[in-house]
Amino acid sequence: MSAASNGHGPVTGSQRVKRGLADMLKGGVIMDVIDPEQARIAEEAGAVAVMALERVPADIRRDGGVARMSDPEMIESIIEAVSIPVMAKARIGHMVEAQVLQHLGVDYIDESEVLTPADEANHIDKQPFTVPFVCGATNLGEALRRISEGAAMIRSKGEAGTGNVVEATRHMRAITSGIRRLTQLDAAELHTAAKELAAPYDLVAEVAELGRLPVVLFTAGGIATPADAAMMMQLGADGVFVGSGIFKSGDPVKRGRAIVEATTHFEDPEVVARVSRALGEAMVGIEIDTIPPEQRYAGRGW
Amino acid sequence: MTRLPGERLDRRPGAAADVADDVPLVGVLALQGDVLEHTWALMAVGLRPVPVRTPAQLDAVAGIVLPGGESTAISRALARSGLDAPLAVRLREGMPVLGTCAGLILLSDELTGEDDALPRPGGLAVRTRRNAYGPQTASFDVRFDVAGVEGGPMEASFIRAPRIEAVLDPSVEVLASVEGAPVAVRQGPIVAMTFHPEVAGDHRLHAMLGDLVRAGAGR
Repeated sequence: MSAASNGHGPVTGSQRVKRGLADMLKGGVIMDVIDPEQARIAEEAGAVAVMALERVPADIRRDGGVARMSDPEMIESIIEAVSIPVMAKARIGHMVEAQVLQHLGVDYIDESEVLTPADEANHIDKQPFTVPFVCGATNLGEALRRISEGAAMIRSKGEAGTGNVVEATRHMRAITSGIRRLTQLDAAELHTAAKELAAPYDLVAEVAELGRLPVVLFTAGGIATPADAAMMMQLGADGVFVGSGIFKSGDPVKRGRAIVEATTHFEDPEVVARVSRALGEAMVGIEIDTIPPEQRYAGRGW
Repeated sequence: MTRLPGERLDRRPGAAADVADDVPLVGVLALQGDVLEHTWALMAVGLRPVPVRTPAQLDAVAGIVLPGGESTAISRALARSGLDAPLAVRLREGMPVLGTCAGLILLSDELTGEDDALPRPGGLAVRTRRNAYGPQTASFDVRFDVAGVEGGPMEASFIRAPRIEAVLDPSVEVLASVEGAPVAVRQGPIVAMTFHPEVAGDHRLHAMLGDLVRAGAGR
């Protein structure tokens, strides 16, 4: 791109445009889709973005085995199908999957614990990429480590593919109460907090000053109903990822739209009640305690 | 006051600033997008921002911001919230409005290609192409001068930005161009831009909206 008409020339891949795209998604719902038809249904329902993947988390959980980046052909077919941003997942630590996804022109990469981790110690160094990354977190320290690595957006991990919102609640509350605690500390205590959080001091101090993360905070993992989505928004989420909850339900068109409306009007029980009527079967939920610890995704990532 | 997504955590200085009751209320369409950034921008230029999600909230405002976000999602939410018709009426009556990115798309009289079917209020005589620069990897920051804006070049982020492909009426004033395409325009009470000054923390175009609102209130 050549220089602008006056002033300075354009710069791509800045932290401002990476974080800025997440700002534009706020108040919205991002839906997992596995083919162009689902992507179009999601866009029609009012999704602000779609996550292109070969299997939704509920199926990954059922099938077992190693879950990897999706087929580029499938991702491209979804980019072709919709005008809203398209996200795709790379394995934790798998920088080459991320390079491939950037090359394909996805708008956001989810370095996701839903896929089988490729590195058991390190996440991707996300700073050098032009494409922005979203990463999961279960608590404030984890969120700040991901931001330090270059994540431009954070989401709660929840427990994907369960239709059970309890883990997302736990993670949202851990992040937001961790932030509130930081705002009460004095300068000396912030240094200790940084050590305890295993996060860079500068980020800890920034969060204490802002009273929020310096990036957008979405929620994910187990959201299955309009009321679930509205609850997450009331807990302080900027927006909602819905994975298996829509296309594993009885009436995805109606449920997708209902979750969008409940997210928009998250403080209005009249709206949440109206859109919750006659939605058909929700996805079948899984009690977290029945999942063996080694099969829980939220423990992946460090 | 209605909460915004994520606002519970906001302690940014100025967020709770007292503003006199005679300062006009300016709405920020709060269905989806970067509502909070526009709220901060309006506060920074001495206006009283209020989120608009219902027709009753729209009735109370003297001007409005249509924020950045996903234009398809905002268009659908406008209809589902019963705001589409009342908003179109207020805009036709000359209510001052500032639109950024998705907001400009919703104000455009024509959209290129199939997007022209997107329900929207319109009112700005331009033809606009959505996502004209490519995927997110082509999003960019740039600085340039804007006509009528003092104090040096505007800080601007273009995020999956639209491009104004044609100006359809001589009453549309081009305030700034990048690579030969208008990026900031004004037509009567409408100020619109394809970029995001609010993401860069540059509030000078919001001050222009404030001038329009105060001029309208004094009529």
